[in-house]
Amino acid sequence: MASEKKKLRVATTSLAGCFGCHMSLLDIDERLLELLKLVEFDRSPLTDIKHCGPCDLGIIEGGLCNAENVHVLREFRKSCKVLVAMGACAVNGGLPAQRNHLDIRDCLQTVYMTGTGIRRGFIPNDPELPLPLDRVHPLHDVVKIDYFLPGCPPPADAIWHFLNDLLAGRTPTLGHGLIHYD
Amino acid sequence: MAGAEKPMFAMDGNDVPFEPGQTILQAALAAGRYVPHLCFHPEFKPHGSCKLCTVKINGRTVASCTTLAKQGDEVESETPEIQDLRRNLVQFLFVEGNHFCPSCEKSGSCMLQAVAYDLGVMAEHFSPFFPSRPIDASHPDVLLDFNRCILCELCIRASAEVDGKNVFALSGRGAKKHLIVNAESGRLADTRLAVEDKAMDVCPVGVILRKRRGFQVPIGERKYDQHPIREVAVGKATARHASGKPSPQGPSKEGA
Amino acid sequence: MSRDLSAILARHQHDPLRLVQILRDVVEEHGFISPGTITTLAERLSLPRGRVEGVAGFYAFFPTENAGRYRVLFSDNITDRMAGSVELRQRMLEAFQVRDGEVSRDGLVSIGTTSCTGLCDQGPAMLVNGRAIPRLTRARIGSISAMIHGQAPLDTWPANLFDIHTHIERKDLLLSTPLAAGAAIDAAIARGPDATVAQVKASNLRGRGGAGFTTGVKWEMCRAAPGEAHYVVCNADEGEPGTFKDRVLLSDYADLVFEGMTVAAFAVGAKRGFLYLRAEYPFLLAPLEATLAERRKAGLLGKSIRGVADFDFDIEIHVGAGAYVCGEESALIESLEGKRGIPRNRPPYPVTSGYLQQPTVVNNVETLAKAAFVVMHGADWLRVRGTGRSAGTKVLSVSGDVARPGIYELPFGATVREVLDLCGATDVQAVQVGGPSGMLLSRSEQHRRIMFEDVPSAGAFMVFDDSRDILQVLENFASFFAHESCGFCTPCRVGTALQRRMLSALAKGYGTRRDLKDLARVAKVMKASSHCGLGATAGNAALDALEKFKPAFEKRLGTLEVMPTFDLDRSLAPAREVTGRDDDEAHLSHEEEE
Repeated sequence: MASEKKKLRVATTSLAGCFGCHMSLLDIDERLLELLKLVEFDRSPLTDIKHCGPCDLGIIEGGLCNAENVHVLREFRKSCKVLVAMGACAVNGGLPAQRNHLDIRDCLQTVYMTGTGIRRGFIPNDPELPLPLDRVHPLHDVVKIDYFLPGCPPPADAIWHFLNDLLAGRTPTLGHGLIHYD
Repeated sequence: MAGAEKPMFAMDGNDVPFEPGQTILQAALAAGRYVPHLCFHPEFKPHGSCKLCTVKINGRTVASCTTLAKQGDEVESETPEIQDLRRNLVQFLFVEGNHFCPSCEKSGSCMLQAVAYDLGVMAEHFSPFFPSRPIDASHPDVLLDFNRCILCELCIRASAEVDGKNVFALSGRGAKKHLIVNAESGRLADTRLAVEDKAMDVCPVGVILRKRRGFQVPIGERKYDQHPIREVAVGKATARHASGKPSPQGPSKEGA
Repeated sequence: MSRDLSAILARHQHDPLRLVQILRDVVEEHGFISPGTITTLAERLSLPRGRVEGVAGFYAFFPTENAGRYRVLFSDNITDRMAGSVELRQRMLEAFQVRDGEVSRDGLVSIGTTSCTGLCDQGPAMLVNGRAIPRLTRARIGSISAMIHGQAPLDTWPANLFDIHTHIERKDLLLSTPLAAGAAIDAAIARGPDATVAQVKASNLRGRGGAGFTTGVKWEMCRAAPGEAHYVVCNADEGEPGTFKDRVLLSDYADLVFEGMTVAAFAVGAKRGFLYLRAEYPFLLAPLEATLAERRKAGLLGKSIRGVADFDFDIEIHVGAGAYVCGEESALIESLEGKRGIPRNRPPYPVTSGYLQQPTVVNNVETLAKAAFVVMHGADWLRVRGTGRSAGTKVLSVSGDVARPGIYELPFGATVREVLDLCGATDVQAVQVGGPSGMLLSRSEQHRRIMFEDVPSAGAFMVFDDSRDILQVLENFASFFAHESCGFCTPCRVGTALQRRMLSALAKGYGTRRDLKDLARVAKVMKASSHCGLGATAGNAALDALEKFKPAFEKRLGTLEVMPTFDLDRSLAPAREVTGRDDDEAHLSHEEEE
């Protein structure tokens, strides 16, 4: 009875990321079962729930490259008590931010109109499609982020260690070998 | 142990012997005590620009690389206050440039990254500047990626003092300060840089890169994969200065 | 072009130490410094090309691209802004259809801003091709624009446009004691060098440039330092925004300043002296040269001054090129040596290793003027005024919301309220004493005293009344530091840029509580670890304001703890432009609607 502690509710998502961080999360392997004793998943690629309910923890992979990313991030911030930026892209924009020295107009023009092999191209303008921001931003440029977990992706051991700290109420720290920016 | 005559200062409560004329940082490294640093290189005159080696002496903060060691000084280095300051300085350097570690071939062997790991920097904290800094791929054997430059001036010093070529210099000021090369075209190919130059080997980050050599060392075997920088840095210093104190991990084959 | 360069180089004896002076002449004649010019200069001066390019790229008044035949720079101190400079600049930009800081398509004109030009008592001011024009009004801007349109050479512009006024509102010891040229020199000779130094020491005269080091000790250390030659440098690089007292001393008391330099030279054994004049004061150059010529003719400079064998001394004027950091004495020396103005690692200090690594005394204009009288009248001349640790008087440059801006000489220990009463200030919200690097005082601090023990001041005294927005003041100061940081050390180079960005966001209403915390954090990092005083003091005003004017910040904060650090909706604008979309989904709100 005493062990029937209420599980923490966790949401995860990937914004301008590659799902590599989520793959790394799955790489904690059999420890997933241990994790599931402590948490239950709300919105996440693992559950396919489309919108966040009230959560204790939100884990976000990827940075902000378009308007939809901003909306999802805001939904997470509103729904989650604690928000974690997981992986290089969430932490500092990561590889997508390497486009930041280019003019987004030129990018779109090149990709949809003037690139090799394109004839009669046009830039998609369907309102269903999120518009790209002029620059890619890390999450903390738009909302408050409580914790950062760097790495591209963070190693499974780092994720496990980090989540254990967090779930146990300790400020997460990563020692040599676990803290990685690549 | 050193003779009783040798002057000493204390760093975080530990005695550090020094030779007259040594700076605090030089003496500390020789004694096997790591102090974070980036623009300091044992073969060059201390420069004092990165300020990561800042310590506190008698309530005053100073750069330990340029401050002469003095008998009886009480030096605070790894206190929460100073480590916080260093973390902020590392964050400053990260937000100022474009440091995309996953796509950088220096990753794993980069001092900036290794120092940040040592300090436990989990994020940049501030908003990145994302400056526009075009690369220079004009040279047949060398690539310059200015995105990662931390303005330590080691390449400038090496090229001037060792190579006698003055290939590198600085222009601009403030946040617009930037590395330039010694050519009217602004292209590295039009300078006298050669791959054998000392200037090729002193960049602490991933600006000056040999072409066709990227990512040759597998992850896990790179310079700071095996040992944290605080061990690598004093390993070299201990070997060089033979202070008689072994470093915790023994002398490293690779330099800091 | 090459022939011009030859003439310029010949004028400067092909001396690489004169590189900054050479580049000034190049800009004067060509308007900018081209890559080809840099290559030629490097060859002829036997310098690495990168070295010349680095110097050209360091100073604000060395354009390295065509900046137009008329280069207009509006002084951008907060006092200029308060006097309407922003609107005047806007009018001019519109008149020429040119964007801020850019050159018009026909290459006629560029219009931008520059750091405080030291005309705060008669602003707004501007520089046109380096020449200062004060007291700008719509009418003045109109006639200036017309003359530029008509391509009238600057020499044909009405002379009264360039008139610089002197407003001395209160005289005390320094400004009221008469000087017969040569009298202080005679007194020094009569005392002998050691006793001369002793008098200055006994007077407890402290540096008036801001740092407050005891002048006599400086002279004594320099005199005792071994070297092949000793040098005396007068620091007239008065760059602290809101400060213009050295300008007035050099225009109305030049003889006294040169007298002080000569006395210092006698005391330390120097044969050469430099006056490092800030580029913003070109109108002082000819009169100062004329004064020097007269003094040479009178035997007060040159060989065997006053018949004393071996007392040889002469003064050269070096003109800066737009770099506040060169007011720091070791950066100033670097600049004198024709280099980028980067403060050196100290120790060694200039007194033992200064110009060309030789013992060098660097003193502020006001300090040298006072030293002359101390040597002439004895230590007590100074000590009759002031307090224990702050002997004598202080010359203040008063500007901002006051009835009578200008120069006020007051005994050290005078209260802020006394100064405010004298200059006619009402409804005072804040006073910035000592410029952006000094102290920001609130209304409740008017009892505080101008002296080293309480509120030290390099001379600036800027007054802001209740109608002013403190955040705009802070943003202006932050822009100044970011523009003037030399970039040598990490904390100042990045910290000043971060500070500017945060204060700009806060002033525009995008700030959050996190920004307030970060602002304090950045200021503390700069203070603790910067290489020189510029970075160490760059966060002072923000720290003061966070303590004393917190509500001014709070009323601008958004409702969230963290808000976007950038304009979210505007960041979609380029994509809207190329897709032609303007639907609801093509926009983002800044603060999310609940």
